[in-house]
Amino acid sequence: MNKLSLFGLLGLVIRRDLLLAMRRRADVLTTLIFFVMVVSLFPLGVGPEPDMLRKMAAGVLWVAALLASMLSLPRMFSADYLDGTLEQMMLAPQSLTMMVLGKIIAHWMLSGLPLVLIAPVLGLQFDMSVQALWVLMLALLLGTPVLSMIGAIGAALTLGLRGGGVLVSLLVLPLCIPVLIFGAGAVEAVNSGMDAISNLSLLGAFLLFALVFTPFVAAQALRISME
Amino acid sequence: MMNWSEFFAMNGYGFYVWGSYGVALLVFIVEILMVRHRRVLALRQLRLLNESGDAQ
Amino acid sequence: MRLAINWFKYSAPSTFYGLAGKLIPFFAWPAAILFAVGLYIGFFVAPTDAVQSEAYRIMFIHVPASILSMFIYLIMAGYAALGLIFKTRLSSMMASALAPTGALFAFISLWTGALWGKPMWGAWWVWDARLTSELILLFLYLGFIALQASIEDPRRADRASALLAIVGSVNVPIIYYSVQWWNTLHQGSTIKFSGTSMHVAMQQSMFTILVACWLYVIAISLARVRSIILERESNTQWVKELAEAK
Repeated sequence: MNKLSLFGLLGLVIRRDLLLAMRRRADVLTTLIFFVMVVSLFPLGVGPEPDMLRKMAAGVLWVAALLASMLSLPRMFSADYLDGTLEQMMLAPQSLTMMVLGKIIAHWMLSGLPLVLIAPVLGLQFDMSVQALWVLMLALLLGTPVLSMIGAIGAALTLGLRGGGVLVSLLVLPLCIPVLIFGAGAVEAVNSGMDAISNLSLLGAFLLFALVFTPFVAAQALRISME
Repeated sequence: MMNWSEFFAMNGYGFYVWGSYGVALLVFIVEILMVRHRRVLALRQLRLLNESGDAQ
Repeated sequence: MRLAINWFKYSAPSTFYGLAGKLIPFFAWPAAILFAVGLYIGFFVAPTDAVQSEAYRIMFIHVPASILSMFIYLIMAGYAALGLIFKTRLSSMMASALAPTGALFAFISLWTGALWGKPMWGAWWVWDARLTSELILLFLYLGFIALQASIEDPRRADRASALLAIVGSVNVPIIYYSVQWWNTLHQGSTIKFSGTSMHVAMQQSMFTILVACWLYVIAISLARVRSIILERESNTQWVKELAEAK
């Protein structure tokens, strides 16, 4: 029996989840389309003046990213929960925390990464400067994994509950507020001429803090939900 | 400030002051009533359980 | 006479039920009295403020409510953690007994903050750092209550909401400081009331009302936990033999 190393396990879970998701490509696109739609609604609501749009671009993009990642959270565990593979995963002698981390990374690659890649294109809609676009991408790159990680705890806690989708957002959104503040703050810092290094480093700190704790907490949440 | 009309006027801020304390008092009263109501429901449930228990 | 009190005797719901019943009046009546005393000092002894004349008296309920809403959340998270780690049912029941009271205090704090903000800052809602953090704290409470309400099995409900409360309490300071940073960036520091020297009567009134609120919280959560015990332990023998259940 070849001994599966921890990172081997990680890679296995990520590949498996990505493969499964690719079979139902529609789910991946819904998050992306939702993000694009929400962002495009704002100019229609607020009016086309460029300076107004430029001022609120960061906030709109970040709130839309937050909502888009909330949208796909329930799907993180529900498919495996329904067909019983989650139970097998928990019974397996492998570390559940690593498996949960793998699922979080897979979820991020499906819902967070697309947002990061398309955000600059949407930024142009808001007449953002090139420099601001770069910082926006970097901030989203650092921030969206944290949304997936904290979201994983919410998804694990509300496993199998009816009305789980809305409940996850209610539980998770307050916890994501610091990421929103420093994410949008980074872009705003660049717009007002300051450098955004302090915001980005804080986002990096949140990322590391979440990376260390959330897989374990989400695994505990799964154990609680699956009892 | 012994006469009551001046007291309630609160020098023009009466609405804000009594609006705050009024709502705070209301919240306390409602909470007490809700806890009492919950106890009544729990006891009624228990009596039903007991009666059905004795009936068997 | 064995002096050592066996504290664990009262950690069982059955014995705690009786004890809580006896304790409630000892907390409820002093709370009412202290409330009256605090209000009397606040309205009749404390002088009119130079800057805001009478509006500042809202402070006597606003500040205790804010302090309590924060502390109740931490105590709730503490009970929840105890229940999760030691699997003591009573601790989890105490956590779910405290949550509604904490949420109501957060609401009172927001409400009185808005009514105080109108004369002081001219707007019902001001994105002041403290008020914003209080609003987020209310969301955390509502999340806890919603999660607990949406899970039928009480055991899983307790343990799931306990984990949420622990994660929430870790985030409270992070949220507070990020909102603090966010606020000073956008609006500069708002008027710091505590800076000016507070008349001794003001402090006495606020402190009295704070203690009164604490006693009130203990009384009301003991009363609520008794109902929770009745609801959850309804099939146990000792509940069946309870006088009031006949």
